[in-house]
Amino acid sequence: MAVQEQDSAGAPARASLVNDPKVRSLFYQVILVAGLVALGYFIVTNTIANLERQNIASGWGFLENTAGFGIIQSLIPYAETSTYGTAIMVGFFNTLMVAVVGIFFATIIGFVVGIARLSNNWVISKLAYWYVELIRNVPLLLQIFFWYFAVLRAVPGKRDKWSFGFDTFHLNITGLYGPKPIWETGSAFIVYAFILAIVLSVVIAKWAKKRQDATGQQFPVFLTAIGLIVGLPVITYFVTGMPVYLEHPNYVEKGPILRRGFELGVGAKLIPEFLALTAALAIYTAAFIAEIVRAGIQAVSHGQTEAARALGIRNGPTLRLVIIPQAMRVIIPPLTSQYLNLTKNSSLAVAIAFPDLVSVGGTVLNQTGQAIEIIAIWMAVYLSLSLITSAFMNWYNQRMALVER
Amino acid sequence: MTKTLLPLVLGTAMGVVASAANAATLDDVKAKGFIQCGVSQGLPGFSNPDAQGNWTGLDVDYCRAMASAVFGDASAVKYTPLSAKERFTALQSGEIDVLSRNTTWTMSRDTQLGLNFAGVNYYDGQGFMVRKDLGVTSALELSGASVCTNTGTTTELNVADYFRANNMPYEIVAFEKADEVVAAYDAGRCDVYTTDASGLYAQRLKLTNPGDHMVLPEIISKEPLGPVVRQGDDQWFNIAKWTLNAMINAEEMGVTSENVDNMKTSDNPSVKRLLGAEGAFGEAIGLSNDWAYSIIKNVGNYGEVFDANVGPDTPLGISRGVNALWSNGGFLYAPPVR
Repeated sequence: MAVQEQDSAGAPARASLVNDPKVRSLFYQVILVAGLVALGYFIVTNTIANLERQNIASGWGFLENTAGFGIIQSLIPYAETSTYGTAIMVGFFNTLMVAVVGIFFATIIGFVVGIARLSNNWVISKLAYWYVELIRNVPLLLQIFFWYFAVLRAVPGKRDKWSFGFDTFHLNITGLYGPKPIWETGSAFIVYAFILAIVLSVVIAKWAKKRQDATGQQFPVFLTAIGLIVGLPVITYFVTGMPVYLEHPNYVEKGPILRRGFELGVGAKLIPEFLALTAALAIYTAAFIAEIVRAGIQAVSHGQTEAARALGIRNGPTLRLVIIPQAMRVIIPPLTSQYLNLTKNSSLAVAIAFPDLVSVGGTVLNQTGQAIEIIAIWMAVYLSLSLITSAFMNWYNQRMALVER
Repeated sequence: MTKTLLPLVLGTAMGVVASAANAATLDDVKAKGFIQCGVSQGLPGFSNPDAQGNWTGLDVDYCRAMASAVFGDASAVKYTPLSAKERFTALQSGEIDVLSRNTTWTMSRDTQLGLNFAGVNYYDGQGFMVRKDLGVTSALELSGASVCTNTGTTTELNVADYFRANNMPYEIVAFEKADEVVAAYDAGRCDVYTTDASGLYAQRLKLTNPGDHMVLPEIISKEPLGPVVRQGDDQWFNIAKWTLNAMINAEEMGVTSENVDNMKTSDNPSVKRLLGAEGAFGEAIGLSNDWAYSIIKNVGNYGEVFDANVGPDTPLGISRGVNALWSNGGFLYAPPVR
């Protein structure tokens, strides 16, 4: 009681340590963190002890062992004699390939459909509406099965083909065939020329912007860049003596029946599993992206359009220079989620025999029994891919965000 | 609120107590009243749900035999359909008590996965199925073929070995589920479907025109299929082994589900020992002495089970071949009960 009287007398009120909100919250936070650490430690040690007791081999040594199974598609050199580690890398690159190609097409389709939904043309806007409603309400796995099994039955058999594009591309049940560029010595210069063209284009774009800011004069940056990026490598190609040639797929019509059709390993080939998976992922994700794009555009006040019209800007530039830049600020964050979804959904590849990370990892898991290690690899890879995508999109978002002046 | 937080956190930490103590599977099974048995996702003749949704097949009957041995009741089984990829993890983690899912006994599986194979209930080998109109008569003509198969199986490894050894180019298309392999092969994605020969006969029934397809004569691997249990529980391992041995011995002695009651009073001492009329062999493995009697009464001997599920009179139409008793020129040979 005496203490309290002293407090009210003027010295700063000091509650006991137990009742100090700062101390209390710190105390509980420490307890929580300690509890989490203890839980983690308990899980790890318990798992290790159980594995040892059940005589289940553990550790990462298995990655060095010979895999012994074949993989239908590989972006890096792989044979049955390669290691499990290489096999998992093959799966990783296949996942990456599906993700990149899928995101590319999903973005294009999504933007086109999203803008089409806002079109004044009744047919176009209704078509876009039905596309979105139909695609996003059917489960993705069913769509993958549709693209794989239903379409697979519609294309010609292995010893038959559909050709298109002046007989350059061929489609049958074993895949889409096309010419494969063979890079001979000296072809590196073409790549250098391509990189140089991109750098030059960026420099010109910066210079043109500066000039426009200063003088108001416009410069055809887009056409120049296209000319550079296409022209420079082509010129280099001829100057260096045409070091790149195209290897066309070899369609065999005679000989043993199983050797007929397209010869294995000649020309470029996209397997139907890849085509089906990428098509399904791109089309499915595009439906969501279309809604995001529509929402983004509608979030830009109509006054902006009216102001642009009042200034005499035509419809195209209005969309490109006024509406889209502002809409992008709304679009990018949810777009990032869709990109992440697409990457993670690519693991459904396992249902149609596309050798992605989950499919190949599953095979390795079964051959070696190293469940915990394989699942750890899966989680680490998808986590890293997602974090990298988010980091990139966050960077892009910051660039696009409203700059307060 | 702060009062409840602390016990909550500590409780979470303490509450996750290891349930991995798997030493006494028999006690666990008896306590819950049924055996959890891992089977395939649908392989006619081996483990496949029938029109009423009841599981049937050679592998399923093994589970029912184990349930008869433990409970005297063949229906005390619950089934977990597993893909080839999931099966070992499900057994290791204790999700199932026994795996009876046309699983090949190999050294690495026996020694590195913490599992034990309880014997062989079907001697199989890997074969190839092709369309008849291809005109192929031997697996050595398969150079350049695209091959459909299941992922996560020994099949995938054998086919790689075979094509490499014979220097033939090939293309492998590996699916997670057998049904998808069948669908892709049926659609013409592949020239060849490869899996265990028994599986080929079974899956052929699911094709649009089973008659248009043939199984090539080559068998390229040894695939001894058998039930699997966890390592480290010898009592349960013994029950698994002797369930199978009892079925094979019963066939050898001519004990069937129909005559088992009469055979109990047989003069043959080995029959008496098997059926529990003499000795205490059941008690030695923690069961009652009529364990084998229940198996044969409720499920039947090996020959009966084989004939009912995959034999010549079934759609699969597989002959006994190497799966005949040793006394009939096959491989089946069970150690005696004595």
